[in-house]
Amino acid sequence: MTAVLEISGLQKTYRSRKGVRRALDGFDMVVEAGQVHGFLGPNGSGKTTTLRTLLGLIRPNGGRMAILGREVPEHLSEVAGHVGAIVESPQFFGNFTAQDTLALLADAGGVREERVVAVLELVGLRDRAKDRVKTYSLGMKQRLAVASALLKEPKLLILDEPANGLDPGGIREMRTLMRNLAESGMTVVLSSHILGEIQLICDSVTIISGGRRVAAGSVADVLASHTSSGVKVRLEPGVDMRGAIELLRANGAQVVVEHDHFTVGNAGNPAQITRILAEREIYVSELTPIAADLESVFLELTGTAPVDGHNRQVDQSAVATPTGGWGQ
Amino acid sequence: MSLARAEARRLVKRRFTKFFVAGLLILLVAIAAGMFLTNEKIGSDQRAAAQAEAQAQFQRSYQQSVTEKENCTAAQGTPAASQFPPNCDDIYIPTESDYDPQWFMPATFEFLGEFPGMITTLAALLAMVAFVVGASFVGAEWNSGGMMNLLLWRPTRIRVLATKLTILLAGAAVLTVVVSALWTAAFLAIADLRGSTDGLTSGAWQSIALTELRGLALVLVAGAAGFSLASLGRHTAMALGVAVGVVIVLQFGLGAVLFMAKVKFAEAYLAPVWMSAWMDKTYRIEDTSACDFSSNNGCQPAILDLTWQHAGGLLAGILVVTVGAALWAIRRRDIT
Repeated sequence: MTAVLEISGLQKTYRSRKGVRRALDGFDMVVEAGQVHGFLGPNGSGKTTTLRTLLGLIRPNGGRMAILGREVPEHLSEVAGHVGAIVESPQFFGNFTAQDTLALLADAGGVREERVVAVLELVGLRDRAKDRVKTYSLGMKQRLAVASALLKEPKLLILDEPANGLDPGGIREMRTLMRNLAESGMTVVLSSHILGEIQLICDSVTIISGGRRVAAGSVADVLASHTSSGVKVRLEPGVDMRGAIELLRANGAQVVVEHDHFTVGNAGNPAQITRILAEREIYVSELTPIAADLESVFLELTGTAPVDGHNRQVDQSAVATPTGGWGQ
Repeated sequence: MSLARAEARRLVKRRFTKFFVAGLLILLVAIAAGMFLTNEKIGSDQRAAAQAEAQAQFQRSYQQSVTEKENCTAAQGTPAASQFPPNCDDIYIPTESDYDPQWFMPATFEFLGEFPGMITTLAALLAMVAFVVGASFVGAEWNSGGMMNLLLWRPTRIRVLATKLTILLAGAAVLTVVVSALWTAAFLAIADLRGSTDGLTSGAWQSIALTELRGLALVLVAGAAGFSLASLGRHTAMALGVAVGVVIVLQFGLGAVLFMAKVKFAEAYLAPVWMSAWMDKTYRIEDTSACDFSSNNGCQPAILDLTWQHAGGLLAGILVVTVGAALWAIRRRDIT
């Protein structure tokens, strides 16, 4: 597969009177052609800075970027016609109608006028096309933003939080649209906080935290490489669960008690659990590995999982200390 | 070319542009109508009426003075004498020549003498509209995110900004030329119907055309300055804030301070003086506190003549600094 988007060692530093802040610290990213690629990261991690830098809105301090094989920002104007993008919240002049907004963009970009009607139909705004944008809801503005990005029939579509403000039906429509676009050969880069959506529609992901890439690859690979060694343990009815838990804890297990079962977070070798319990004639009725989802992987990698009694601040990342495999 | 066409469409589609241009046209019509209604053509009837009014005024004043003198003479030697001058011959008896019938003539619009002032009025109004519309044209785009959207389509920052500015100035130029032509025609008609068009030689027309040309330059510089300031601040309010700041702080505040400090040629620091020098070709400032003595004329005030070349230099400076700064800023600054 050919890479449609390549970023390596990207750096961006903001200097102000308050000091120096490294928004991007050697960030790398590769997106292959025809994929729907999820770009994930907590607030302030550098997602939007990356996209803005890629699109020529921000000047990087170092690193290399290429879109469709052309170095950017040097050759950005050559590839801009093949890149549709929305960055952050949809921003339009409120007094123009959706039709006017898109017609002016089409005119500025040399896109034929018929595309305006086609994309308005595609995003479901056909009947509201002649209303002023300021009368639109956030979800409708979001649809308009996607329409503007699709106007020039791009080869690479970059969408920053496209589902923001959409109702459940709209989110599903957006998901279908993304998949259809990818099937038609378009490469889609999707930045979102709705991790369930990303897991459903993306082929691959890049996770950024603190301006650096912390994970990348196909969704399945990222999940597999970060699947925890935790197991869910259920005992026979009537067995003293508290005693069993104390026994395991005494042997170094990290146990979390649930309603009718418990989990062992560092079960590198689950056979240890059955052996320790069986020695005291306690028998398990269920022992299943805990499958990781993208959300838990994201929270683990970015260190942004909520902690009881602690208010995490933006830009604050407390990457979890890697746990050894107990019982190995 | 497609970018220029899109920007031209954007400029004329904006409600702000439509409202300001409509407001300007309404104001200009009101001024022209006011001039039409408050002036009238001078003919034999008007001259006769003025003569009669002058004569009547003279008669009233004459009678009043004669009565006053008689009362003064009669009061001599009585306590009432204190109400009159000691010498009753000091009471002035007006003559007929003291009442010039010209003073009682109705207002009449003499095109040659009065139209240059109307060109300055028009240029000032157009310049104000160009400044505000120019500031809003780019300021609202920055503020709404439209500029960022456009740069995603056309990632050539200087070209995008320069195209926008060119379209704005082209629009301002077309508006100025069309409105100036209508303004000239309107006042020519007013002069014809309610005044006089005497002395309109080809030289006079040339002078009027050159004044209108200087008005056009003023409008274009104002438009470019408003546009550039709003682009620098990425908000319409930046340009309007600078304009208000210049008017309040520099003109009223600085003007008052300079006059209080008795600074020589303090007027030279005030913007309207430079505008007047530009439009009227020269503006003379006199420093009455100084004495330039000569044996022939005695003590004369010191004089500073501001010419249209001086004012032109200032306008060119404003143009270069504001547009240059806006182009530099869009090239260098991140768009966040």
